[in-house]
Amino acid sequence: MDTSEIIVLLAGVASIAFVLWYFFAGEGVRAAASVTATGAQRLQIMVKGGYTPDVIVVKRGVPVELDFYRDETNSCTEQVVFGDFQISRMLPAFKTTRIGFTPERAGAFTFNCGMNMVRGKLIVED
Amino acid sequence: MNATITKEPATGKEPAITKEPATGNASVGATGDASIRADASANGDASVGAQLPTAHGVPHAAHAHDMDADADASRVERVDLSLTGMTCNACARRIERRLTKAVGVQSANVNFATARARVEYDPRATAPSQLVEAVAEIGYGASDAEAEGAADREQEAARAEQTQLRRRFVVAAALSAPVLLVAMSHGRIEVFNRWWINWAQLALTLPVVFYSGWPFYQGAWTALKHRAADMNTLIATGTGAAFIYSLVVTVAPQLVSADHAAATMAGMSDGRMNAAPVYFEAASVIIALILLGRLLEARARGKTSDAIKRLMGLQPRTARVVRAGGVEVDVPVAEVAVGDVLVVRPGERIPVDGVVTEGASAVNEAMLTGESMPVEKTAGAEVFGATINGTGSFTFRATKIGRETVLQQIVRMVEQAQGQRAPIARLADVVSGYFTPIVICVAIAAFVVWFIAAPQESRLSYALVSFVSVLIIACPCALGLATPTAVMVGTGRGAEHGILVKGGEALETAHRLTTIVLDKTGTITKGQPAVAEVSPAAGFNADELLRLAASAERGSEHPVGEAIVRRATERGLALAPAMAFEARAGHGVEAEVEGRRVLLGNLRLMTERGVELGDLRERAAASAEAGRTAVYVAIDGAAAGVVAVADEIKADSKEAVAALHKLGLEVLMLTGDSRPTAEAVAREVGIRRVLAEVLPEGKAAEVKKLQAEGKRVAMVGDGINDAPALAQADTGIAIGTGADVAIEASDITLLRGSLHGVATAIALSRRTIKVIRQNLFWAFVYNTLGIPLAAGALYPLTGWLLSPVVASAAMALSSVSVVANSLRLRRFHP
Repeated sequence: MDTSEIIVLLAGVASIAFVLWYFFAGEGVRAAASVTATGAQRLQIMVKGGYTPDVIVVKRGVPVELDFYRDETNSCTEQVVFGDFQISRMLPAFKTTRIGFTPERAGAFTFNCGMNMVRGKLIVED
Repeated sequence: MNATITKEPATGKEPAITKEPATGNASVGATGDASIRADASANGDASVGAQLPTAHGVPHAAHAHDMDADADASRVERVDLSLTGMTCNACARRIERRLTKAVGVQSANVNFATARARVEYDPRATAPSQLVEAVAEIGYGASDAEAEGAADREQEAARAEQTQLRRRFVVAAALSAPVLLVAMSHGRIEVFNRWWINWAQLALTLPVVFYSGWPFYQGAWTALKHRAADMNTLIATGTGAAFIYSLVVTVAPQLVSADHAAATMAGMSDGRMNAAPVYFEAASVIIALILLGRLLEARARGKTSDAIKRLMGLQPRTARVVRAGGVEVDVPVAEVAVGDVLVVRPGERIPVDGVVTEGASAVNEAMLTGESMPVEKTAGAEVFGATINGTGSFTFRATKIGRETVLQQIVRMVEQAQGQRAPIARLADVVSGYFTPIVICVAIAAFVVWFIAAPQESRLSYALVSFVSVLIIACPCALGLATPTAVMVGTGRGAEHGILVKGGEALETAHRLTTIVLDKTGTITKGQPAVAEVSPAAGFNADELLRLAASAERGSEHPVGEAIVRRATERGLALAPAMAFEARAGHGVEAEVEGRRVLLGNLRLMTERGVELGDLRERAAASAEAGRTAVYVAIDGAAAGVVAVADEIKADSKEAVAALHKLGLEVLMLTGDSRPTAEAVAREVGIRRVLAEVLPEGKAAEVKKLQAEGKRVAMVGDGINDAPALAQADTGIAIGTGADVAIEASDITLLRGSLHGVATAIALSRRTIKVIRQNLFWAFVYNTLGIPLAAGALYPLTGWLLSPVVASAAMALSSVSVVANSLRLRRFHP
């Protein structure tokens, strides 16, 4: 094994570690929903190559209304799925699609695109 | 402000939040508070209300909410409504006045010339939809202009994207072809063995990377910012690596040529100049092929939603409305109001749903029900939008318009179904979520291994080739497309045959069914029973018996009661008013007619009341043997006779049962009728197991019992009185005798009255699931085999190393083949 091989090996291991950390361990932009006049927790989420914000904090037992605005035609984000709440919805491009539900359990849940490549986290607090 | 919050446990239904319109200026804080409390108590789960966290949470939420109300006390939103139906400036003023008066509106401004209304309103008190309704109340059409514009914008954007995609592909294809030629010549074509050849390739590749491939890099970058990795990431990394490496070789060969110098001296070079090989073709051909794949995929995906587009295209654009004074005016369909009288001429499409007022015709309802025989329509008959009038002409009164029409309900249901994911897709979802980052890691690992294992003079090229190939071949698009495309084509095809499937989940459950339970009345039989025989006891006259029975049944909604009343009317018998009418489900009815107590019902009722039946029992038994329903009549406590009611069996029920048996399904009949009657009908249609004398409320329990036997049960009924059984069953199938079926009530709705639909629906679900399985199988196999192959796992054995160009062709092919496989469902025939 010569020097360049050792360098490549070390760099490879380091980049694998970085890729795993970056995509699986990182946390995105946190945002709490604001409460509307009707008592619902509402939040606007921008959909463009991902969800902004992508970590949403809500309270348990209070209706949640998430307004997804999809600002692209890229078909990767055309669907949003809240697996734990059995919701899946198509998001038309350049439109706001409201998704309403009431979280009954506290905990961290994920929401994602149809192919589960674009992800967000929904944190339900007591 | 009242908010009613409906909660549902996780049953697969979406929790719904219904808002009632704002009604007054009550203090926001107080009512908001109340609504939250109502929410907690309306939960139905007593423990939640009692638990400390919730009790604590309520005032907290209410507090936050007060703050919110204060913060936006002066909030005003603006909406533009696009208006239709205005004929003059006076109309504009009228709409303006109406809007200004509407709750929550601060100002309204209608522009007659542009047919737009600009409304400023308080979003807490009203919503654009309510404004639209307010305008509709005074007879004009309105719609949210922004929403409309968005739809246009979406279509426009999609079109522009298609054109862009095509242009990018053409550029990539034209420029990458010569690069590919150079690469494949391997120095055998003398013309290419010049010092400038790398520079030429670079020049040809630059536009491909920076113009054609730009969306991939852009997409990868946005995803990266969100810590996400998608197919763009793979393509961008793969082509980017190939391009940058080749660029370095071309511009600064001394940086990478050290290894190669040794190789040349050893006589191992490919005869070119003393430089490392370049991989411009990997970058540009990959981009060209992937763009081609996307083009083909987009075209095929467009076809998957053909069915729904066809359905929507059925709605006529105009309607002929009869205005005051009998003037017929053509108006856009959107302007038809409930109660309008419309004229339909021969051969025209019926614009909306309604009831025929005059005239008669035969109407082709095939587009809704799949039934090709035209249906006779006379005054009083229901007609449905989008169906085609035959040779007669008639007028009808509109009863359902817009989103309420059967056509729109079908379209909506199919759309929802197509948007819903089948559970079978979940594994694929989970896999693809972790897939991309892991593929990147595999690619890096392949690079490292090759760099170390390969001979020194060519280690960099081997490492790079496998790195790029792994990234390119592993794109998980085929996985993602496997289920949705099949569900889309399958549900669309079903809709064309009058079979509405509620979604991927319903589709998947249906293919696992083992047992089909058929309700008798209205499902196996026509559901329109007629009196077949009136058999009075000694001392009673047949007509008198019928008259009293019919008088008692006058208030009944039971089909048997209706049959008796119909027969009495046909015979011209004058019915007397019935007092103290009481219907007992599963037993019969009781009423007082002309001072006499009339009791009609089955054996159970008679025994309960201690009526001595004598030889009537044998007569009843004889009717039952013939498949008729016998109804005992007792007057003032004494047996007065038997009325036998026959419900004709649908012509194709027998065939349909045979078809179900052929699919390997167990078929059962469930009915409230007496056992002998039920068995007679069952014999005729070929059903072996009968659950008879089941009370309406017991039907669900029977289904549950079957499920406890380990069976997967579909309940087939009309969805009206057997709704609980439909809900209990694994799959509830509602069968209609026309387009007017309760679509919401079931997992699968058969718009065509025939039982054949059950077999067709199950066959369709089996086919769709089979296609999904094939798709998933190939997608998985493709990825699991493709990745090691691209990484060079076979190299030590066979010397195969996948070229990045081949990898990209395979990648493009895999998505297209999955979509093409799904499209095979379009050829499904029952």
